[in-house]
Amino acid sequence: MSQSDYDYLCDFLKERSGLALAPDKEYLVDNRLLPVARRHGRKTVAELIQMLKGPDSGHLKVEVTEAMMNNESYFFRDRVPFDRLGDTVLPDLLRTRALRKKIRIWCAAASTGQEPYSIAMQLDQRAELGGWRVEIAATDISGDAIERAKAGLYSQFEVQRGLPIQMLMQHFEEVAGQWRIVERLRNRVDFQTINLLTDFSRLGQFDVVFLRNVLIYFDRDTKLDVLARVRESLAPDGYLLLGAAETMVGLGDLFKMVPETRALYRPNVAPKKPELALVPGGARVA
Amino acid sequence: MKRCLIIDDSSVIRKVARRIFEGFGFTISEAADGRQALDACVTEMPEAILLDWNMPVMDGYEFLRALRAMPGGDRPKVVFCTTENDLAHIARAMHAGADEYIMKPFDKEIVEAKLQEVGLI
Repeated sequence: MSQSDYDYLCDFLKERSGLALAPDKEYLVDNRLLPVARRHGRKTVAELIQMLKGPDSGHLKVEVTEAMMNNESYFFRDRVPFDRLGDTVLPDLLRTRALRKKIRIWCAAASTGQEPYSIAMQLDQRAELGGWRVEIAATDISGDAIERAKAGLYSQFEVQRGLPIQMLMQHFEEVAGQWRIVERLRNRVDFQTINLLTDFSRLGQFDVVFLRNVLIYFDRDTKLDVLARVRESLAPDGYLLLGAAETMVGLGDLFKMVPETRALYRPNVAPKKPELALVPGGARVA
Repeated sequence: MKRCLIIDDSSVIRKVARRIFEGFGFTISEAADGRQALDACVTEMPEAILLDWNMPVMDGYEFLRALRAMPGGDRPKVVFCTTENDLAHIARAMHAGADEYIMKPFDKEIVEAKLQEVGLI
């Protein structure tokens, strides 16, 4: 692949998905895109990129973008965010939303569904939520991942990573050597394909947003843009959960960390506007 | 150092499991069936047990029931590791006193997740 092909691919991915591809990731590109090239009868990634540049490459653009996304996920990933949901966030929301008895949760990078279903399972075990309306919205840029998530069907390997056996027994059924999350929980999650670089305000306002392991793929300006719009979609007294290894360091003061927690944030009451450069993909510029 | 007793009639599985558990800092002893395993537990009760289901002489289910009835037999964390990959077997194992359940085939990440789940690592 020539440097100009690589640069073209970097620009293409940045514009479509926000993915900031480092200069030394050619091996990753080959690894992810060679299978796509072969599916389209091409022998090399360079030939695939020529196709991408051509007319009528609409669906190919989707395929290439999705192939470059990391859809790895597992149930109760990192554990800590779910502990904070249970011991900090939910008790607070049970108190502050006691009158309306409604909680809205958004998994903004839901991948193949393990995160929203983990939340659904966790909430299912909270007797205090009896009589409450809990809505879980789950979105991802990858249409393929969302279709898998909707099906709720997982391999034996997938259900054994992070999912306690008692939860498997309670919330899954066997389907021809695989495991499907029961319909009652599948129906609790509303899955949609959404690109975080585009306007997502139609989803409405949420009490909790899980935005885990997605900002790491964006450059600083894109992170700031996404965070600013997530803040607008979050109740002023809501909660934002990032990945265990992610922080807001260097990302302005839109959110403040909840003391003595890791990766749990709340909106700042009167944040200064962050300085944003031009963000590609039609995203808003503050 | 925590001790783990690996009970499986397959020497290949025992070897694979030994390598994984040693990687998590366990000292390992092995048994090829439930009877050998019970004798080992009488001599020295381990903190962890990885247990196959189908074995000659005494199977994993019978071993687990006998273990839990022994003095001190409630202490080890028992993780079933078996090709019996259906809900009925899982429920039976948990009812008999298993702490976790691994469906074969397995890998290091799955073992790690299960050991974390039962608080052994």
